[in-house]
Amino acid sequence: MATAVSKANSTPSNPPPIGRWLTRLAQYVVLIAFAAIILGPIMTAVLGGLKTTGELFAEPFGLPAVPRWDNYSGIVSSELFWRQLLNSAIIVFGAVSGTVASSALLAFVFSRLVFPGREIIFNYFTLGLLFPVTIAFLPVFIQVRQMGLIDSYFGIILPLVAFGIPGSTLILRGFFRAIPSELEDASYIDGCGTLGFFWYVLLPLARPALGAIVVLQTIVAWNEYFLPLLILTDDAKWPLTLGIMQFQGQYGTDWGRVMAFVSLLIIPAVLFYILTQRYIVTGLTGGELKG
Amino acid sequence: MGSRSTPRFRFTARARDITINERPRTKRGQLLTIGLFIIPGAIIYTLFLIMPIIQAGYYSLFDWNGLGPVTDFIGLGNYQRAFQHNVFQSAIVNSLIIMSLSLMIQLPLAITLALMVGRKLPGRAIFRSIFFMPYVFSEVITAIIWSFVYHPNGGLVNTMFTTLIPGFQTQGWLANRDTALIAVFFVITWKYFGLHMILYMAGLQSINGEIEESARIDGANELQVLRYITLPMLAPTIRLTIYLSVLGSLNQFVLIWVLTAGGPANATQVMASYMYRFGIKSFNLGFGSAVAVIIFAVSLIFSIGYQRSVMRRDYVGTV
Repeated sequence: MATAVSKANSTPSNPPPIGRWLTRLAQYVVLIAFAAIILGPIMTAVLGGLKTTGELFAEPFGLPAVPRWDNYSGIVSSELFWRQLLNSAIIVFGAVSGTVASSALLAFVFSRLVFPGREIIFNYFTLGLLFPVTIAFLPVFIQVRQMGLIDSYFGIILPLVAFGIPGSTLILRGFFRAIPSELEDASYIDGCGTLGFFWYVLLPLARPALGAIVVLQTIVAWNEYFLPLLILTDDAKWPLTLGIMQFQGQYGTDWGRVMAFVSLLIIPAVLFYILTQRYIVTGLTGGELKG
Repeated sequence: MGSRSTPRFRFTARARDITINERPRTKRGQLLTIGLFIIPGAIIYTLFLIMPIIQAGYYSLFDWNGLGPVTDFIGLGNYQRAFQHNVFQSAIVNSLIIMSLSLMIQLPLAITLALMVGRKLPGRAIFRSIFFMPYVFSEVITAIIWSFVYHPNGGLVNTMFTTLIPGFQTQGWLANRDTALIAVFFVITWKYFGLHMILYMAGLQSINGEIEESARIDGANELQVLRYITLPMLAPTIRLTIYLSVLGSLNQFVLIWVLTAGGPANATQVMASYMYRFGIKSFNLGFGSAVAVIIFAVSLIFSIGYQRSVMRRDYVGTV
């Protein structure tokens, strides 16, 4: 609206100065150049899956002369691929539901209830922000092994939940706090207790934040590589991240096939990203960025 | 779980409210709720995050291969060994190089692009989506794609240079000691600068445009507006991204490991990849624990120092 009005005001009376047009143009040129750097490798991978390896090296950018679907069909028809997909799904489901449930409960306590020692306990939980799982894998591996969880999905899911708790609790606590206390009072007058308020009022209102956590934790769990590598010795339990490394080890020189496998993982990731972008941005920026 | 437990929640809630009539808060019911809500998270968090870190401190004092009993106490021997190892020293240097490059190149780039996309450029949503997209890809996928991009013969980069520059000698970008670290850094930037850009865009959006407008009316040109209004108002976001960028560079690992495994000849070894290579792969969990403790200590000291001195309490959310 506002832009339309200002345009209507400015165009007839004074035509836009040529300098402004040039700046705009330069802006677009730079932005498009960077967009090409981002998209180039992705497009090459997706198109590369349809090429023979020879074609891929001779002409990495172009469209394939004849699309070679057998790169894809070879992977999709293998039982291994589907088993690894299922394994990834198990890990994601366990890690995400565990993180969301435990951090929603924690965030509620730290945002809406008053009790002595609250800040100290809260600080204890945020301590974990300093230790991302990407560098803590060695100590975690030792602990998982001591608890006899080697080769168990729990050996991956529980650490992922533990490392997901600090960030998720912090984000949710911020959202819970922002919900006005009038709503809380009103729900008490209507006969809700603390738990009723949490379940019927707070959780539904915090849906964008819960969505953000589900999406961010899904990305983390889906992409996790080193924990499964260390903890799952039985390759029948491997998720796709290990599967693709194994596949690359096997067909390393057959880049057409490797790229087909890569695209099978990238295309769903892009779709997931497009659908959930709103939540990701909310989660990362505390709900400040819109549109 | 939901449908069965909901009515019970309601019931307890009502029972509690009846007693409330006399006193504003029933202490015991409240404490029970607090306990029940904290315990599940506390157990998992303590067992799988806090305990491993404390144990790492303990195991780091032993010469332990990870299999036999933990008996061979060597005090600070592991730490001494790590700091004297030239590969660890160069891993520290490489981590520092990645960190400085991130601060000097990645963040200014993210700010520039965020300013260019601006607050109302037509198509801003599309550019934002494209720039942020690599953030969702796994490190493994990213590394595989880029090992093709950098492929010594016929990879994307070499093909591009040979078409643009006649007579260009194809390079093994990741196999050459001189180019490997820069090549790795380029991939890191490709994957992560979108995150910083999104944070800057959020910061820009929270700035009231009228302040900039009134500066323009007072005769400030665009550069002055940027220098004296926009950037200072963006300061909290800049402080946050510096923090995230430093910690992110310290923790950089999977991408590097899959791309180069720390090679060639340790040219891309960073602290975390060193820990994997010399702790786990060479069956020396006591030594690996010591390296883990060193990395934790560096993150901790930096975080506390930075938060106390620079950020105070203005950070937005967390990643």
